[in-house]
Amino acid sequence: MVRVPAPAVSHRPKSLHHNHKRHLKERIIELLLFLAAFFSVFITFAIIYLLISESLVFFEHVSLWDFLTDTQWTPLFDDAHYGILPLVSGTAVSSLVALAIALPFGTIIAIYLSEFAPFLVREIAKPFLELLGGIPTVVYGYFALLFVTPMLQTIFPNLPGFSLLSAGLVMGIMIIPYVSSMTEDAMRSVPMHLREGSYAIGATRFQTAVKVVMPASLSGIAAAYILGISRAVGETMVVAIAAGMQPNLVWNPMEPAATITTYIVQVSLGDLPHGSVGYQTIFAAGLTLLLLTLVFNILGHLLRKRFREVY
Amino acid sequence: MNNTDNINEIRTIIARHKRWDLLALVAGIIALMIAVLTFIALFGNMVIDGMPRLTWEFFTSFPSRKPEIAGILSAWVGTTLVMLVTAAAAVPLGVAAGVYLEEYAPKNFITEIIEINVTNLAGVPSIIYGLLALGLFVYQLGLGQSILAAGLTLALLILPIVIVATREAIRSIPVTIREGAYALGATKWQTVADHVVPYSAAGILTGIIIGLARAIGETAPIITIGALTFIAFLPPSPVQDQFPFLSFEWLMEPFTVMPIQMFNWISRPQEAFQHNAAAAGLVLVLMTLLMNGLAIYLRYHLRKKIKW
Repeated sequence: MVRVPAPAVSHRPKSLHHNHKRHLKERIIELLLFLAAFFSVFITFAIIYLLISESLVFFEHVSLWDFLTDTQWTPLFDDAHYGILPLVSGTAVSSLVALAIALPFGTIIAIYLSEFAPFLVREIAKPFLELLGGIPTVVYGYFALLFVTPMLQTIFPNLPGFSLLSAGLVMGIMIIPYVSSMTEDAMRSVPMHLREGSYAIGATRFQTAVKVVMPASLSGIAAAYILGISRAVGETMVVAIAAGMQPNLVWNPMEPAATITTYIVQVSLGDLPHGSVGYQTIFAAGLTLLLLTLVFNILGHLLRKRFREVY
Repeated sequence: MNNTDNINEIRTIIARHKRWDLLALVAGIIALMIAVLTFIALFGNMVIDGMPRLTWEFFTSFPSRKPEIAGILSAWVGTTLVMLVTAAAAVPLGVAAGVYLEEYAPKNFITEIIEINVTNLAGVPSIIYGLLALGLFVYQLGLGQSILAAGLTLALLILPIVIVATREAIRSIPVTIREGAYALGATKWQTVADHVVPYSAAGILTGIIIGLARAIGETAPIITIGALTFIAFLPPSPVQDQFPFLSFEWLMEPFTVMPIQMFNWISRPQEAFQHNAAAAGLVLVLMTLLMNGLAIYLRYHLRKKIKW
């Protein structure tokens, strides 16, 4: 009878050693993955650092008071004025026009899709809206300049070739899919039994939608609106193409104007030397834009917290 | 008598509410129709303007001062190369970050910071990324207005999209799969690399495609880094016929991309250039529709097929 040799004792330390190597490899991989995740924080810091450091140099030339109160923005002229107000007014007007279109339409479409539409309509409309959300903004700029502006000019004959109105309108159309899609998601996530309770006491679908589903999903709807607002404020190409790029302190959407974003585009299209005051203005403008969107993001965060419903 | 009065009153209330219900239904359908018809009108207009320009020559010609012989050769080659860089940078980083946050991250302060940060980054306007790239890539790292700088810029832009998609895909893998792997003695990384990531690959792919479709159309950040708009030459080919067969010279070359080319044509006053813009826009829209359509199809298929 052949004796089975006993397992060599020397194997044990080796396998332990192997285990140790395996453990080390695991730790290294975990560290690499952590670094990848932490990289996003690095991006944020890089953005903030860059905008602030370039803006600080800018504010050595221009006082913060002038920046916030001067009503002219002519940084590239001989008689340079550095008032951000004209750019902010352009941004506000075009965003208001866009939101006046996107929020009502987006909400009505969301209510319809979530509470009224038959299954098939929703299954077709949802992906369709998502596809529209993916279309490049430069294409919407083309529509605004070459289709919507001429059409509006037949209604308002004295509308100039570049106007905040047509840019805002197209921006609004562009944002509808975002608002409706997110609002609908929020409304769909309201549990069915809330609707059933409402139907059981005799409410119509409309009453259920407005008095039960919408209040219950208010935090999600607020998030959708905030997203719409920050998209409108940060939108660049539509306004750059269709609203002209002259910084005017206007509150009338029928006029051409520049926004914060279009000013950055305008400067980038020319070639300003690195380190000049003109070069630093775009970082000051960018910082203003970032602060604006930050305010909306924080607002959205607070709204979400305030109206969060737990079932 | 009083009783029938009451009943009549209730009936009028019910009728009124039903009228409102009908009104809301009609308003919803009309709003949806208006939105759909507007989009159809816009695209119809673009097809009418751009279709006649969509010939083979349009794809094989460089931009030109003469609108009738101008084409998008340098633009689509540029877009392809920039997308290569974007995918090469955003995919590994985004997937790794998503895997970490979903599989490894302990519940602590740092993790929470990273999560809030990813959400916030998704809401930063794209032109801000352009400014970051201008300061960081173009000047501090000295990459200039190159394909590499543009690709990295767009990679930063779509990173949050890839991370969120990866997390969602991984979250849908049931915990039993992981327990099975652990029970057989697999390490965490073996479980993740051999099971979790492969099983969620289709979902991750969906997110990558959506991210790249977004990057293809982005114009503002590329303008901000100062990309030239008139490029009548191609970067050196990445594939060479001599050893070592691969060349990375193209990374540092100036370039143009589809949306920049389109923007350039829109800004010209001549109508013939605007037809070119329509044609370029049509190509761009078809590209993004195709990519997004593929992503939606993938996701739809996933939802149907996989039952854990």
